[in-house]
Amino acid sequence: MSNFVDIALLAFLALVALAVTRTLNLFATVALTGIYSLLMASIFTTLDAVDVAFTEAAVGAGISTVLFLATMALTTSHEKPHHHHNWAAIMATLITGSALVYGTLDMPHFGDPQAPIHQHVAPHYIEISPNEIGVPNMVTSVLATYRGYDTLGETAVIFTACMAVLLLLQRDRRGGNRNVMAVPDADQRRGGQSMQHAMILRVFSKFFIPLIFLFGLYVQFHGDYGPGGGFQAGVIFASGFILYTLVFGLEKARQVIPPRTLQALVAFGLLLYAGTGIATLVMGGQFLEYKALAHEATHGEHLGILFIELGVGITVAAVMTTIFFTFAGRGRS
Amino acid sequence: MDILIYYTSWLLLLCGAFFCAVGGLGILRLPDFYSRQHAAGITDTLGAALLLIGLILQAGLSLVGIKLVMILLFLLFTSPVATHTIAQAALQSGLKPKLAEKERDG
Amino acid sequence: MSDFWGLYNYWIAIFLMMVGFYNVIARGNLIKKLIGLNIFQTSVFLLYISMGKVEGGSAPIVGAGISSFSNPLPHVLILTAIVVGVATTSVGLALVVRIKEAYGTIEEDELIAQESVTQ
Repeated sequence: MSNFVDIALLAFLALVALAVTRTLNLFATVALTGIYSLLMASIFTTLDAVDVAFTEAAVGAGISTVLFLATMALTTSHEKPHHHHNWAAIMATLITGSALVYGTLDMPHFGDPQAPIHQHVAPHYIEISPNEIGVPNMVTSVLATYRGYDTLGETAVIFTACMAVLLLLQRDRRGGNRNVMAVPDADQRRGGQSMQHAMILRVFSKFFIPLIFLFGLYVQFHGDYGPGGGFQAGVIFASGFILYTLVFGLEKARQVIPPRTLQALVAFGLLLYAGTGIATLVMGGQFLEYKALAHEATHGEHLGILFIELGVGITVAAVMTTIFFTFAGRGRS
Repeated sequence: MDILIYYTSWLLLLCGAFFCAVGGLGILRLPDFYSRQHAAGITDTLGAALLLIGLILQAGLSLVGIKLVMILLFLLFTSPVATHTIAQAALQSGLKPKLAEKERDG
Repeated sequence: MSDFWGLYNYWIAIFLMMVGFYNVIARGNLIKKLIGLNIFQTSVFLLYISMGKVEGGSAPIVGAGISSFSNPLPHVLILTAIVVGVATTSVGLALVVRIKEAYGTIEEDELIAQESVTQ
């Protein structure tokens, strides 16, 4: 009974997941998925995982929801009702579930400081990271320095996903203005009669989008001292562009930031990251050994972390925006 | 003075929680989409604002307090716009509000 | 009974995992399957982060007077996993859009029926 809030939130999470299964209207399901992500972010906060909560809230409740809605605008918004229970599936689920619960009976209790996961590597990082790297946020120091290869691989995965989506969904633009926007802007619905109603949204967006970008920059560069970093900042930047697209239309958004520039930025971020590794090689260290970048070791570490987080932030922002533009531009032809 | 701030902030937190619960009840029980928007608006603005003011009193004048003030400002800006957008989208999609039946005279 | 509350987090994670699993195998609509996959992924995140929590510890950010921290390693893993998850979801959704354009439907049984007719 250590944390009543924790217990209540987890129970809500289970209920929302059940509701997602039972709902047939896909719009309602996507809204429930957004609620699920926000509950998950709150639970992560109570479990002391502030960086993860940040990312889950931005990614799960923001980008994921928008992508699902964009897909639903292109496909269908209702699930076909099923008339009989799928007993084989229920049996498979129950058997797997019981096996997993049986497996957890041997696990250490929640919060136990003597659990095996807290011995060996983690205390080593917690001990030496403040001195060796000098960055208060230990998640950033582990992500960028001790596990820098993994983060490089992850940035490459995001890059590949962007390429896959472009290959699948990009319309050939040589056919002129054939592509009708799947995302009609707030003025053009119902032949312009909504002009004055869209004004509130337009004024609000014009006021808030610069603040969103400012906050994205803050998260990017403050990731060393508090929760934050490249991934969260990239997603927040992308949310600003997506808001602009939703309010002002895809054509205007394409003029603000041309897709070619976006694709160049996608590649540039990854190159910046790998380039930092090459630079450390050139300066005499090993690949991604940031110590070699400056005369003093911690200074070099800070410089290295700055560059790679910038690379990650640029790639993630450009990838999320490109994916959204590609979905929105698919439209009806 | 400290005791006063402490108890005031607790009162505000409890009021905020109460209004959030009222908003939730309203979303379940009100008959029509547009009236449910009113209930959702109560949760977003009144409930969240009271909770945040209670927390600001507890945080005092510090970086955390200033961040909470900014969160309050942003919330007060974005929640009404969100409610407005949802209601306007519903109206444009053709969802008619449930009006009272016309009184018969005579 | 302390066993129950000590393992409650993991059991909720397993429950969510099974709900996601059921959605993937039992529902015919492709978008519902992807949502189920998302729920499955997030339940794994919950499992890892629950394992990383230390009683009485704080977030792994060095500050004045804090001596005990929660384990930062699962946080790093899950940060990566969340972003990779949204990347794969977007590829999956792109595939769903193309399937709809090619076959006209995204219900699994109708897709199988069309495939068996054309064979």
